[in-house]
Amino acid sequence: MANMKVGELGVSVAREPSLMTGAVPSKDWWDVPAVFKPGNFCYPAKPEMVEYHSKSLPGKFGESRVWDPQSDDWKLPENWKEIIINGLKERLDKFRSLKIFMDCCVRCGACADKCHFFLGTGDPKNMPVLRAELMRSIYRNEFTKAGKILGKLAGAREMTFGVLKEWFMYFYQCTECRRCSVFCPYGIDTAEITMMARELLHLVGVGTNWILEPAANSNRTGNHMGLQPHTLKENMEYLCDDIESITGIKITPSWNRKGAEILIINPSADVFAEPGIYTCMGYLLLFEHIGLDYTFSTYASEGGNFGSFTNNELMKRLNAKMYAEAKRLGVKWILGGECGHMWRVLHQYMDTMNGPADFLEMPKSPLTGTVFENAASTKMVHLTEFTADLIRHGKLKIDPSRNNHRRVTYHDSCNPARAMGLLDEPRYVLKNVVNSFHEMPENTIRESTFCCGSGTGLNTGEIMDLRMRAGLPRANAVQYVKDKHDVNTLSCICAIDRATLTALVDFWVPGTQVCGVSELVGNALVMDGEKERESGLRFEPLEGMEG
Amino acid sequence: MKILYPFVAVLGLIVIAAVGSSIGMEALFGIVFPYLALLIFIGGFINKVVGWAKSPVPFRIPTTCGQANSLPWIKQDMLDCPSTTPGVIGRMVLEIFLFRSLFRNTQADVYDGPKLRYGSSKYLWLFALLFHYSFLVILVRHLRLFADPIPFFVNILEFADGFLQIGAPHIYQSDLVIIGAIALLFLRRILLTNVRYISLPADYFPLFLIFAIAVTGMLMRYVTRVDVVNIKTLAVGLATFKPVIAGDLGMMFYIHIFLVSTLLVYFPFSKLMHLGGVFMSPTRNLANNSRMVRHINPWNDPNLKPHSYASYEDEYREFMVDAGIPVDKELPAETPAAEEA
Ligand code: SF4
Ligand code: SF4
Repeated sequence: MANMKVGELGVSVAREPSLMTGAVPSKDWWDVPAVFKPGNFCYPAKPEMVEYHSKSLPGKFGESRVWDPQSDDWKLPENWKEIIINGLKERLDKFRSLKIFMDCCVRCGACADKCHFFLGTGDPKNMPVLRAELMRSIYRNEFTKAGKILGKLAGAREMTFGVLKEWFMYFYQCTECRRCSVFCPYGIDTAEITMMARELLHLVGVGTNWILEPAANSNRTGNHMGLQPHTLKENMEYLCDDIESITGIKITPSWNRKGAEILIINPSADVFAEPGIYTCMGYLLLFEHIGLDYTFSTYASEGGNFGSFTNNELMKRLNAKMYAEAKRLGVKWILGGECGHMWRVLHQYMDTMNGPADFLEMPKSPLTGTVFENAASTKMVHLTEFTADLIRHGKLKIDPSRNNHRRVTYHDSCNPARAMGLLDEPRYVLKNVVNSFHEMPENTIRESTFCCGSGTGLNTGEIMDLRMRAGLPRANAVQYVKDKHDVNTLSCICAIDRATLTALVDFWVPGTQVCGVSELVGNALVMDGEKERESGLRFEPLEGMEG
Repeated sequence: MKILYPFVAVLGLIVIAAVGSSIGMEALFGIVFPYLALLIFIGGFINKVVGWAKSPVPFRIPTTCGQANSLPWIKQDMLDCPSTTPGVIGRMVLEIFLFRSLFRNTQADVYDGPKLRYGSSKYLWLFALLFHYSFLVILVRHLRLFADPIPFFVNILEFADGFLQIGAPHIYQSDLVIIGAIALLFLRRILLTNVRYISLPADYFPLFLIFAIAVTGMLMRYVTRVDVVNIKTLAVGLATFKPVIAGDLGMMFYIHIFLVSTLLVYFPFSKLMHLGGVFMSPTRNLANNSRMVRHINPWNDPNLKPHSYASYEDEYREFMVDAGIPVDKELPAETPAAEEA
């Protein structure tokens, strides 16, 4: 089950009876139970992970224990229903969004076929509206008069173990991508509902390891990979060695340096895993090229916030490191790398949770003098904004023909696109550093962009089949530009994307490479004193140098 | 069942009103119920909206549907990704009056390959727009019954609405449109498999109810020909809190007004509250300026702090010193012997 072949999976997506292919289940959705089988769920969190988080946030992660989603005994606390209902009440009182989203859906179905999970699985409960109904039905039963009086007729039902199973299954088949909310007439954001549901699930100790372990790592070591300070530095040195052999330029980035002008925070995967490391090499070349006074930090060495997949409190704790470290190092402002949910948290939550950042200065590009007024309060600038501004002011020496072996398209990562509105900056950068840029079809880019299918802690191997299904809409659009324009490179500005899209295109669109926008920038930069470049940052021969 | 129950419920309501009004309970259906219903409607509506407003909006979470305000030379999409209050108002006006989000709607198909295809799909937008606007027009037209003198805009609207002058009395376009729009919305609900599957009795009930209201209203106007003067007397009476039932108003009238009363009562407790919610949805009515302006969360806990740098350094100091990474606290001097060696 876990690893299907393309042909088989393709046939089942297009032909298997599902709501997407036109087969209507014979039972109402509330009568169809969620069944866990190997391959369709993420592994539960290890007890030590739950214990670790419970130490600093008591009660938020439930009781630690070994449990098996396939069994009919999840070893829930005796009063689990009470915990959930009280938790829901608490959240209704804390978030107007949740209250409104619980009350206002008219079940018009506009969101139904917008979710990549529904498109790929055809499972009715993956229609955003039904995903939300899984919680709404409980809300009606407990908190509305109509639900109490009319019960099922008003769409209310009781909280049962079966419902809890559904929650665990379907709120972990939502990547909080917010595509559905673009199309909903009331802006109902199922991602918001998913976030609340996951908070509730954690309260009764129902969480997944692939989220809690990276979150624990982030908390303790500063980054989700669990890299210790010396390892981080060493690995960056390897990247610098590679840069030197490719370009002849020696770069020595600084770590934890007090008094640097700018603190760089990027996703830690960019220091360690392919293809992120090439993106990181791009950052390094760029900073060297413009002579930036910057430092990395080992303590705040993660942009990505795995806490945001669990609950508010952990999200806040992990995020707080950024400001804490900026303050300690005495930098002027922070430059954030190419990372998706890092930027969602940064843009929408950070200042509110961990501000005011009054110890920082208004971000100003030391090269162009541009003041980033849109970051006046948070004092954090997105690398893509920063780069676009440099290019616009002619501060970079660029030779786009170095990327001539790449025919590039751009994947709008969900978070920067739908939670920030960062759409034109990356395109501007790309058009300046590559000669061959092609957009994917209209309904699949910008605010309508499709998720990679594995965000929010779902990029784990145990649900490969689900991930490939969920990523199908994205892959399909890549296939389209590949057929039409011979595109061979899918660029993006998110570290999770770089990891998950690689697996996705290997499966559906083999022969396509995934890269960060900065890799293409780094490749095109003409560095002072460099040697003749024969290969790109991946040691791939440049066009005309193949021989 | 999902369709049958609400259908039977509406039929039941009709029978109740028919029987009740013909056994001498005119005052109950004509005066008491309407007042009660209006009270419940207003009270319930306010209660709900206040209930929403009581919960704070801790974070700015607008769904950005276009380019944000960024560098001065990048063109911002002021309406779909507003960063200022006028922009937000613009976005909300488009949303509320033109159903902007529904206009974006697409329909997806999957076919062999597997390949996905997305086509533009404007039916829902069109039907919804027709429905809501004809409803509004009819509502405003009814003001002529309650107000004396009749406000000028009601006359203008009525003139425009009866413009086609089909038959006598003139048939209003809005009457035809609302019947058609409800029928189309209903058909959409039962013909589109996705939508049928997600539909609840609570979705069919208001459709049937409003349909019945429209039909009884039209029957009164075009077929049974009720005495408008008597109705106006009652309506003005209701509006001025001196209601009298003058003469026979006809069974159809009582059915009509009872169904309207039911709708009013049902409204605040149902999805129909989207009327209020659309104004208050935090993904739409907030400016996307959270990096520019600080936003306050009333329940933010300032004591929730990160794992501290000090304890981080305590754990890794040795490695850091070894790797030449600056530390805040130096390593404790080891035994002097070892250091000299
Ligand atoms: S588009 Fe919005 S209102 Fe319509 S079904 Fe989906 S969530 Fe509900
Ligand atoms: S947020 Fe994304 S994944 Fe979740 S229901 Fe909406 S479209 Fe699907």
